[in-house]
Amino acid sequence: MNDPLALRVSGLTKAYTSGGAKVPVLEGVSFSMQRGETLALVGESGSGKSTVLHLIAGLDRPCAGSIEISGVEVAGMSDADSAAMRRGTVGLVFQQFNLIPSLTVAGNIAFHARLSGRNDPDRNGELAARLGLEDHLGKYPETLSGGQQQRVAIARTLACRPALILADEPTGNLDEATADRVLDLLLDTARDAGAAVLMVTHSARHAGRMNRQLTLSRGRIVQGRAGEAPDQRQPA
Amino acid sequence: MMASGMSALMSHWWRNPWQLLTLIAGLALATALWSGVQAINAEARASYAAASDVLGGGDLARLSRVDGRSLSTDEYTTLRRSGWLVSPVMQGILEAQGTEFVLTGIEPLTWPGASPGAETGSAAVPGGLLGEEAAVLAHPDDAALLSDIDAPVRADTGRTRGRLLADIALAERLLEGRGRIDYLIVSPDQPRGIPDLPEAYRISVPENTTDISRLTRSFHLNLTAFGLLSFAVGIFIVYGATGLAFEQRRAVFRTLRALGLPLSRLMLLVTAELGLFALVAGAAGVALGYLIAAALLPDVAATLRGLYGAEITGQLTLRWSWWISGLAMAVAGTAVAAVAALIRLARMPLLSFNHPRAMSLQAAGTQHILLLVACAFCAGGLMISWLADGLVAGFGLLAGLLLGAALCLPVVLSAVLRLAETRAGGAVAQWFWADSRQQLPGLSMALMALLLAMAANIGVSTMVSSFRLTFTGYLDQRLSSELYLRVNSDAQVIEMMPFLVSNADAVLPVVSADAREGGLPAEIFGLRDHQTYRDNWPLLEARADVWDQLAAGNGALINEQLARRQNLVPGDTLSGGDVVLGIYSDYGNPAGQIVISEALFTSRYPGATARQFGLRTDRPDALAAALQERFDLPADALINQQDLKAFSLSVFDRTFSVTAALNVLTLSVAGLAILISLLTLAAMRLPQLAPVWALGMTRRQLAGLELIRAVSLAVLTGLLAVPLGLLLAWVLLAVVNVEAFGWRLPMFLFPADMLRLGALTLIVAFLAALWPAVRLARMPPQTLLRVFSNER
Amino acid sequence: MNGRPVQILLRVILALCFAVFPAVSAVAQGFAGLGAAAEGFTQPSRDIPVSFPRDHGPHPDFRIEWWYLTANLQDADGTKYGLQWTLFRSAMAPEEKDGWASPQIWMGHAAVTTPTAHYVAERLARGGIGQAGARADPFSAWIDDWEMTATGDGIDALELRARGTDFGYDMTLSATGPIVLQGDRGYSVKSTGGRASYYYSQPFYEISGTLRLPERDVTVTGTAWLDREWASQPLGDTQISWDWFSMVFDGGERLMGFTLHDSETGDFTAATWIASDGTPTPYPNGAFQSRPLETAQVAGRDVPVVWQVLLPDKGIDVTVRALNPQAWMDTSVSYWEGPVTITGSHPGRGYLEMTGY
Repeated sequence: MNDPLALRVSGLTKAYTSGGAKVPVLEGVSFSMQRGETLALVGESGSGKSTVLHLIAGLDRPCAGSIEISGVEVAGMSDADSAAMRRGTVGLVFQQFNLIPSLTVAGNIAFHARLSGRNDPDRNGELAARLGLEDHLGKYPETLSGGQQQRVAIARTLACRPALILADEPTGNLDEATADRVLDLLLDTARDAGAAVLMVTHSARHAGRMNRQLTLSRGRIVQGRAGEAPDQRQPA
Repeated sequence: MMASGMSALMSHWWRNPWQLLTLIAGLALATALWSGVQAINAEARASYAAASDVLGGGDLARLSRVDGRSLSTDEYTTLRRSGWLVSPVMQGILEAQGTEFVLTGIEPLTWPGASPGAETGSAAVPGGLLGEEAAVLAHPDDAALLSDIDAPVRADTGRTRGRLLADIALAERLLEGRGRIDYLIVSPDQPRGIPDLPEAYRISVPENTTDISRLTRSFHLNLTAFGLLSFAVGIFIVYGATGLAFEQRRAVFRTLRALGLPLSRLMLLVTAELGLFALVAGAAGVALGYLIAAALLPDVAATLRGLYGAEITGQLTLRWSWWISGLAMAVAGTAVAAVAALIRLARMPLLSFNHPRAMSLQAAGTQHILLLVACAFCAGGLMISWLADGLVAGFGLLAGLLLGAALCLPVVLSAVLRLAETRAGGAVAQWFWADSRQQLPGLSMALMALLLAMAANIGVSTMVSSFRLTFTGYLDQRLSSELYLRVNSDAQVIEMMPFLVSNADAVLPVVSADAREGGLPAEIFGLRDHQTYRDNWPLLEARADVWDQLAAGNGALINEQLARRQNLVPGDTLSGGDVVLGIYSDYGNPAGQIVISEALFTSRYPGATARQFGLRTDRPDALAAALQERFDLPADALINQQDLKAFSLSVFDRTFSVTAALNVLTLSVAGLAILISLLTLAAMRLPQLAPVWALGMTRRQLAGLELIRAVSLAVLTGLLAVPLGLLLAWVLLAVVNVEAFGWRLPMFLFPADMLRLGALTLIVAFLAALWPAVRLARMPPQTLLRVFSNER
Repeated sequence: MNGRPVQILLRVILALCFAVFPAVSAVAQGFAGLGAAAEGFTQPSRDIPVSFPRDHGPHPDFRIEWWYLTANLQDADGTKYGLQWTLFRSAMAPEEKDGWASPQIWMGHAAVTTPTAHYVAERLARGGIGQAGARADPFSAWIDDWEMTATGDGIDALELRARGTDFGYDMTLSATGPIVLQGDRGYSVKSTGGRASYYYSQPFYEISGTLRLPERDVTVTGTAWLDREWASQPLGDTQISWDWFSMVFDGGERLMGFTLHDSETGDFTAATWIASDGTPTPYPNGAFQSRPLETAQVAGRDVPVVWQVLLPDKGIDVTVRALNPQAWMDTSVSYWEGPVTITGSHPGRGYLEMTGY
């Protein structure tokens, strides 16, 4: 945790095998993030944005390259180790189906924190209040609206105090007003918690609210510098 | 439109082959077990019918000589001319091309029921015995072997193999003097005022043939119940599969309707589709059932032969009726299972928000309905048992209770899981229980099937084991003498008696006569007062000084059958004036028995002399050998108690192997139901598993939890199956048996059996869950990731 | 009683074949051939007269034969009854063999008719073993425990008994007149084509004894009529049914008359007037006439139970009325047979038999 960088990605390469042929997805992607920095990963569909996120989260394995989270190399980890890493260090917010359908809102918020052994009911309560969920704690996810569900996902992610939040189009399924509100909450609460946020998005407007942007095209970073310092961040 | 509609509907199955397999396999297995059991029953019934037909007069009494000799034609004529309506049955061995056949000659003119006015209802005389076409009737397979004999032979499918039927004149000629008339069939309608039967003759109701149908009815009913239960298990599976297919195809239905396919056409399509499946699965099931029956029939035949002396051919013949009934059951079962889905289809709004997870919510709502239906079933069962009587009541009660209990299962399991969830310590544990509960609606049909299968197992095993324990214990009591001797004539009795008295520790005569009690035939016994009886006789209820009173001639003992039939308790008076001193258990015959003292018996039946003796001795083998050597006894004259018991046990072991095979089959069906449900659910469960995986659990951990879940649901179901199974056993022993046999068997618990069954169930559940779990452990991450993106 | 139970027997045998050996149409045809060839069987002949006591006994070389007794009875209260005792013999071959292989088949019918009830029993047996048969001298005819046995010379005095599951009777008979030879000294022509049978009657029995009815035994007395007939091909294929009357008039005379219905040639009638001393007067076709007046529903069919009977030559114009219209013989072959009362020019009583309804 002494490493000032929240994340360092270098030479990340990934290809899938499809019908016997290798389909390259990422080709030597490198970038890094400071602690507390917010970074938007943009690019057209199929450019490999989500894959970057999945590889960082240890949900999938790169073909080559290195990923360091808070100075720890995670690229070559076993299933069990990367699962442990997800439990403790990384928070994930997806576009949909973030929540565990069989648990209540309260159960969902506490779930990740309990897995990581950092459950703090008071903090959970604060987060729920902050995200406007205090009236919904006993409900099951399927009774909530899309925006509410994403707010629960954010609360759950923050409840376990991750150093890095990975968000894959967290507002992609929401209408514009709701999306804005959810993004505000994500960025505000992450900033208060000191967590870095790496967000994949389609929306230029949302991308513009991040410290900086990287544009991915055909598996390569084509725009934005890979290692800008946080002090160069643009005003929101 | 219809064709494209059909292909749109069908495409669902190609994309969900497991679901199709569920449907077909469930239905096929259900049909298989049902038709297999039916095949066995039909074969047995056909054998009984053939046997009673050939042996002559099935349920009709037989007149024979007291001394065991065969009857002459003159004796027959004399009896007829005295007014007795009897008909001769001649039997002998006919050898043709090296094969021995039993040739039975009957007299069609005097056969009971030959005249249209007579209302005997006995076995009909087949045609072609008299007149110019007079022929020997033989089973088609035997007819070919008989080409050499000096008489026309005609194939008749009603014959049993190895047995021939002919007019008595033809039989007499073919047997060339070797034919014997051992008995005459006695018409049930005798003229009024006929003279008493001369003392040289006696009339007996042949136990083996007479009551075969009644004795074996319980056995067959149990088999049928088992078959029905298996069928119900299968129908649960089919119900689940059709329901699921309906839910998953809501969008297709809606699209088809939006494209202009009328609802009636759509329903017709769905019905046609299910009908097709029913026929395919039904045909497969009947074929499978044939295999099951063929595999089980030898054991069933051995059981029936051993228990009741009923002859069943071990061979299975294909009968049209099974195909028809098997297919009909498959179609009817599908109809029952699909009717709910069709109703939902009819009521489905054209436009409605459809969320895949709406199903679980809906399921929560239907729990209350299920509970109501379950209560209705239980109440219905109780009502049937209260309103109807006989076996119908017993089986109605069983059906109601079992179905009611099965429908209660999801509610009960849900409550248990909710409790576990609140008590769970860790996040994973809590999620595990919550997720199990979430999965319950999808699994509940399979679990109900498991519940029924296990309950049936426990119930039937408990019944059979209780029967075995009781019966062997009873044999120990009733067969208290070491040797049993049957003698053919009074002269021989006189000849042997000195030897017996000097060589055996005690000689206990068994003397009996036919009587009637409450309008039904009963046997009356004279019992010598002996310590052997006082020590061993299996009394159920008795007065304190029962044996002294009996010895003094102050009353009678009666068997349980008679007591139940006539509602008699000790202290009551029989129609003959005897006071009931006690009631004893008497498994093995349906008729009533009355036991009085030897002295009383002799005074009432001065003509009857004992021809059977129980011999007490320390050295049964030596005494038997000495008797054989000295008196040249026929093989069956002397029965060693040990041999008889060993034989009885071997019979039970056969019964067990049949029961065990059916147990394994039903459990397998339930196991398959679990497997198929899990496979079907696997795709639907990804949205539930992916978040947990993303939040930091490995696929291997998740797979392990899946296994534990399946096993623990099976354990919970198994725990619930125990009381249900015991209830089933109780109904079988205390209600069904009493109705079928007239006696009630005490119920014993066999914890070891239940533990073994429990272990077996866990293995079945584990195996059923293993494959889906392995698939989960090896699932590519992309598959799980797709849940979170719009690419799905 | 020309033609009387001939066809009954034919139908009995046919029905028997169907009842007992349902699949054997060949056997049935064998018996149906009664009307045509009678291979190997002896034919009646005018040249061989009836002779007693020989002809009281059986004639196994003839195809069919019967001993047919009916009686009109009444008890002390005046209640009327009818009684029937019949033994049929039918041969599958013109011979008798000892033992089970005998080709002779015997059938007994017994009935008691009261004004309100009709009791019927039937017996079947084969010859050769003594279970059923007949003997000329001393006369006896029997099947099982049913028997008609002489207690004096010839058939002048008889004992008669039979029983079923719900009834029975035990009677004694004695003849008050001579045996009457029907037709030409016992040679009785059955059709214009010349078919014939041997046929004699004893219509002059006084009878008394006990009827054993389900509820009580009844002592009765009355008159009885015995018919004896044997033949080998007595009926034509087209002779389908008949109505037969035996009448005992209060004046002591007897009349036997029948109408044979032929599907091709129309009705054939015959009759014999028997004076009180037994002198018979046979009548040719057409002299005797019978017309149904009323029918009743019996066993699901319409059966005439009131008749007008005419024999103009003797001035007879009577109404014949069934004592119990429900006197249906529900046996292997079914027919109507029961006592009648006679009113009109010559009151009396008698028996009526109807087949083919």
